[in-house]
Amino acid sequence: MDNKLYLSASPHIHSGRSTTSIMRDVLIALLPATVAGVVIFGLRALSVIMVCVASCVLLEALYNKITKKDQTIGDLSAAVTGLLLALNLPANIPIWQCIVGSVFAIILVKCLFGGIGYNLVNPAITARVFMLVAFGSMANQAMPTIVDTVSGATPLAQMAEGESPKLLDVFLGTTGGAIGETCALALLIGFGYLLFRRIITWHIPVSYIGSVFVFSFLMEGFDPMKALTLILSGGLFIGAIFMATDYVTSPATPKGKLIFGVGAGLLTFMIRYFGIYPEGVSFAILFMNILTPYIEKLTAHKIFGGTKE
Amino acid sequence: MSFFLNGVHVPHRKNTALEPAVRLTDVKTVTIPMVMHIGAPASPIVKVGDLVQVGTKIAEAVGGISAPIHASVSGKVTKISDILISTGKTAPAVTIESDGLMTPCETLKAPVINSREDLIDAIRESGVVGLGGAGFPTHVKWNVDPERIEELIINGAECEPYITSDSLTMNERADDIEFALRELQKQFSLKRIIIGIEKDKKKAIESMNAMAGRMEGVEVKVLPQLYPQGGEKVLVYHTTKKVIPTGKLPIDVGCIVCNCTTIATIGTYLKTGMPLVEKCITVDGASVKNPKNVIAPIGTSLDDIFAFCGGFTEFPKKVLYGGPMMGVTVPDTSMPIIKNTNAVLALSPKEAKLPETSNCIRCGACTNTCPFGLNPAEILRAYKKKDIEMLKKLSVDTCMLCGCCSFTCPANRPLVQTNNLAKQLLREEKAKEANQNG
Repeated sequence: MDNKLYLSASPHIHSGRSTTSIMRDVLIALLPATVAGVVIFGLRALSVIMVCVASCVLLEALYNKITKKDQTIGDLSAAVTGLLLALNLPANIPIWQCIVGSVFAIILVKCLFGGIGYNLVNPAITARVFMLVAFGSMANQAMPTIVDTVSGATPLAQMAEGESPKLLDVFLGTTGGAIGETCALALLIGFGYLLFRRIITWHIPVSYIGSVFVFSFLMEGFDPMKALTLILSGGLFIGAIFMATDYVTSPATPKGKLIFGVGAGLLTFMIRYFGIYPEGVSFAILFMNILTPYIEKLTAHKIFGGTKE
Repeated sequence: MSFFLNGVHVPHRKNTALEPAVRLTDVKTVTIPMVMHIGAPASPIVKVGDLVQVGTKIAEAVGGISAPIHASVSGKVTKISDILISTGKTAPAVTIESDGLMTPCETLKAPVINSREDLIDAIRESGVVGLGGAGFPTHVKWNVDPERIEELIINGAECEPYITSDSLTMNERADDIEFALRELQKQFSLKRIIIGIEKDKKKAIESMNAMAGRMEGVEVKVLPQLYPQGGEKVLVYHTTKKVIPTGKLPIDVGCIVCNCTTIATIGTYLKTGMPLVEKCITVDGASVKNPKNVIAPIGTSLDDIFAFCGGFTEFPKKVLYGGPMMGVTVPDTSMPIIKNTNAVLALSPKEAKLPETSNCIRCGACTNTCPFGLNPAEILRAYKKKDIEMLKKLSVDTCMLCGCCSFTCPANRPLVQTNNLAKQLLREEKAKEANQNG
């Protein structure tokens, strides 16, 4: 121990929150959905999750090593990207496609733009959109292994065909879909945890899900049960709670977050009703990611005592 | 326009609250710098070998913005030489060897106040400066067109962690505060006097409410418990709803803001004629063996202060004047406590540990916690590019350097530190422009 006094500018204490602790909390918040996904879709889901997480972390480590950058995998953001990507894929997706998706997310979207904080769009969302377009397997959603499924389609596809899935099924997630998106209950537990830990605020998830509810309610002839089924179906909850709230690619101020949420809600609704894909969450978030810098400019806090230009 | 002023929840660590202060009298020497205030250094009027008593004036104020300085112990002047002060610069200082008697100066007597001018003179002669930490000579604040003064706001927020010395003042020196306020009310036509205190300081609120009950036109405003309630503009807004524009002073919206200990010190002087010679300071931090509030003669070395508190449990990583949010690190514990020292903290390595700096993750915590709605992350980007126009647009000169942004940043980026540099850059640019035009 050297008996020397350190000199530095204030402040001399810190909240203790770090990027790593935030990412750790996001991983914890995703745990219920991860467990639910494995329970619902079986061990195949577990292997998809493990491959995505491992390849995202390894790819980032490798990239940093080759380009001689500081190692950043300790901040856990690569693990979050890997897990989110996996939870947005069907359990029956070929493993090699998981690896391609990881390369897209980590190398193309994140590392090449400068690493954490510099990506313009959400890596997991963008990789999923790429895979949706590139791989036919993405449309061929896996079915739950723990229950006998009557229909071979996801709830949204069912509803497009005029069938109505049971509300309890879409709430508990015993329907077709991506690994982590079907169990609304598990996602809500994660949402509660994120709010409790003050990792995110309510603004984006509530305005996003709320606006989809309102638009669906209007569109479905003021049928609240149908609107409820619609918001519980597809990737809305995982998207609104975990993907749209990504710090890097969403606005910082509460006002900006509300605009982002309502915008994403409107786009999701439009794609669901008028698009060729049954689901529009990923596209909606990706598009709002692109608008984020503009929303931020428009919604900056007004400055206390600041002089007008 | 209405605002919600944000902030951060800092740890309180008010370990020394509710315990009476302990007086430190047996100091061997004191070293009193001639710079303990904003403005021109005071000029010594004693020479080596002179005998002084507690309260003897040893330095005269120079020019308009300055303050006189008084001996804090009785004894002999042994040295007048330059020492290092907290700004990193050097300043002349008078060293007095104590005779151990603490004899008060015989010629001190309560001043006779017959006019506003008498009162302002008295405030100057008391040597009092902004004791909340700023050190601005108090008499200068009051020496304005009296028509402009509507409200006196007393700062008892004490929002920094650890510090409890102002609460103690409000708990124990309500009489001194009352004496000063009555005189100020007599000489100035103050519409209101508002004492702002953070919610958790129940005893101080009780004491000040009791005092307000004995007086006319005095009220206590309980402030939310959110750092930085003690920031001047935040305090003025929360007590009066008045917004002080960037670059303006409280007086521009009709307010004078004084720290509660500043007012108590004026009270003592008006009552007894004893000027500012001692300070109640909070001595705390995990490295301090017995944290407590100490009333010590101004000029006592930090070494003596810490020794009085049982020394160190482990060698501190940082020693600060003031609180951990805005305090200044000291290079050397032989430095003295000065007029505007309200706390001395010795932070252990564990306490002073800060996370590693990493990339900005655009979480928005800095802009969402900034009381004034600035965007420190953007300011940092603009500063890196030395984009003067952008810095102006981002209104960096509004920043009061409270440090909420840096405290909260999960990437521990040097945000408030950069704001300070950016403010300096804008000042330099302004000076350059003025040079070219003039």
